[in-house]
Amino acid sequence: MTSPVPSEPALQHVAPTRTDAFARRLKQRYRAERHFRLAGLSAIVFSVAVLVFLLFNMTVNGIGGFQRTVLEVPIDLSQAQLMLPAGVDDEVAVVRSLQEQGLSEIVTAATRQALGEDAAAQLGIDAWRTIGEDVANDPALLGTRATYQLPVTDSLSSAFAGEGSADLQPLARALATHGVLHEAFDPGFLARSDATDSQTVGIWSALKGSLLTMAVTLALAFPIGVLAALYLEEYAPRNRWTDIIEVSINNLAAVPSIIFGLLGLAVFLAIFPNMRSAPLIGGMTLALMTMPVIVISGRNAIKAVPPSIRDGALAIGASHIQVVFHHVLPLALPGILTGTIIGMARALGETAPLLMIGMRAFVATPPHGFTDPATALPVQIFLWSDEVDRGFVERTSAAIIVLLGVLLLMNALAIYLRNKFEKRW
Amino acid sequence: MVNDQSFSPPDPQEVSRSALPEEIPAGAPKMRARDVSVFYGAKKAVDEVSIDIHTEYVTAFIGPSGCGKSTFLRAFNRMNDTIGSARVEGCIELDGEDIYKSRMDVVQLRARVGMVFQKPNPFPKSIYENVAYGPRIHGLAQGKQELDQVVERSLRRAGLWEEVKDRLEDTGTALSGGQQQRLCIARAIAVDPEVILMDEPASALDPIATAKIEELIDELRGRYAIVIVTHSMQQAARVSQRTAFFHLGRIVEYGETSQIFTTPREERTKDYITGRYG
Repeated sequence: MTSPVPSEPALQHVAPTRTDAFARRLKQRYRAERHFRLAGLSAIVFSVAVLVFLLFNMTVNGIGGFQRTVLEVPIDLSQAQLMLPAGVDDEVAVVRSLQEQGLSEIVTAATRQALGEDAAAQLGIDAWRTIGEDVANDPALLGTRATYQLPVTDSLSSAFAGEGSADLQPLARALATHGVLHEAFDPGFLARSDATDSQTVGIWSALKGSLLTMAVTLALAFPIGVLAALYLEEYAPRNRWTDIIEVSINNLAAVPSIIFGLLGLAVFLAIFPNMRSAPLIGGMTLALMTMPVIVISGRNAIKAVPPSIRDGALAIGASHIQVVFHHVLPLALPGILTGTIIGMARALGETAPLLMIGMRAFVATPPHGFTDPATALPVQIFLWSDEVDRGFVERTSAAIIVLLGVLLLMNALAIYLRNKFEKRW
Repeated sequence: MVNDQSFSPPDPQEVSRSALPEEIPAGAPKMRARDVSVFYGAKKAVDEVSIDIHTEYVTAFIGPSGCGKSTFLRAFNRMNDTIGSARVEGCIELDGEDIYKSRMDVVQLRARVGMVFQKPNPFPKSIYENVAYGPRIHGLAQGKQELDQVVERSLRRAGLWEEVKDRLEDTGTALSGGQQQRLCIARAIAVDPEVILMDEPASALDPIATAKIEELIDELRGRYAIVIVTHSMQQAARVSQRTAFFHLGRIVEYGETSQIFTTPREERTKDYITGRYG
């Protein structure tokens, strides 16, 4: 066989993959790959940096929200001749009885005696309640002298931080140098409810309201969403109507949440007019919002179940519903759960629709059931962020940390469930 | 092992069978297809095919890709029903009962006509559950003990018992490819079907696993009517006693396997067998 290029017989044939041009192109290819990897890496670094900054900022600001300024006051309750009500061990009843016996005045008097008139005037209005609760938990305190950590007013708290009115700052400094005024960790923040005073607020009523609302949302959205997804994937005939339903559900997932709030206001509150602010209504409204997300993710998960598994089950005579419940659903469950948790996480952080249906009320007692007035975590954050008091800034950050913590728990649960139910095929 | 004619041909009171070759022993066939056409939408994938399936021997469908042999096989247990656009015409009978026109329930039909697929498709459950699934949904076993027996018997028949008896709770998908396919066969025979359809059961397996499957098919012959679709002509020659050669949706030639492979009557069969196309 002669050379393919007869005009250049002297030129030795070189394989096309061994030329310089090929080497150059190869280099170029590797460079393109390097650039792409670099771009991807910088995207990751940027996202992580933003996340870290957010978490750091929240923690720094919010850590103060878990503390409050306290005044250490020695009080000898044995002098006060307080009596525990007979036959009552309910904490609330004990505290109320102590209040009727004048605990509030006793505390103020003891503070005046120990730290002076000015300090006593700056005791938080609920300071006596702290002692009352301690006594209810440990009646032996009635017979002894002990030092209690009592909350102070917003003004003194601000003064202690070097802000606010100048009148109180000398007092705050004086008390601080005696070591009786300081910041203390405040576990009660997680257990108390909303209040007008930033030193005595708590997150529990909002957290409980959120949990109740989420329970209603899950109970409604999950079964309805999964059933809708199953029907659309497994039974619905492929025709124009199914297409219309599919498009409608996809559109529903994209509707702004405040529209759902208006719907809840116009429909649910019209049907149940005396359930304004109730977690039941909030949950129903959020379920409308969450359901399309579950339907879409559920359909995708069901589609992803390999047809060979279906065929295998059908071929030994499983009926359609047996194929669905024995094989398709268990295999699709991880995907459905992931979608559900994503939808629930979105619902948990949702504020706008809840504002529309009145879950923005001042709720000083935690809701006891699904029909009690309640508020939710994001709404509580929104409300506190509106307060002018300095103490509320920290409390707002602390509430955000609680909300993020709940979200983190939910996501961890999602990952755990997905791994638990995930199966190879 | 080919051309094993030791079984006795039952009474020859068969109807006229112009489409079929004479040499076929004329017993009452287990399944009988007459003028079966399968359409995918407007496309005719199988074109008026007629064939008899007997319990006494293994029937092989061979032919080039896209010749309609798998589609035809899936008509025997109505698996084409799951494809929305598929439509079957003609008549397929199981013990003389039309499986499409009579009131025969499709669930019952599939319990009587089992199927093994090209790709092993065990359920992502334990080995035990894989085999027990059929008897359980059909309520064929009373109590745990009986179910255990069914599972053991099925696994023994599929030649898998010795390999898996100590790890019945392991997941079925963790087995090797050949073991998975034998598990699928065990799953199919656990409901004690009358016919087993095999759609290229060894095409995804290595030669040793293939040999085991072929051995197994030979052992199951006579107990179940077996139809096997295969790409491999050597396989058809090894495991079957009757072979049907499909081309363009029609049966070109049907007869004893030895005859098809040694003295094919049709030119196209000869071309295919000698490897001129396919």
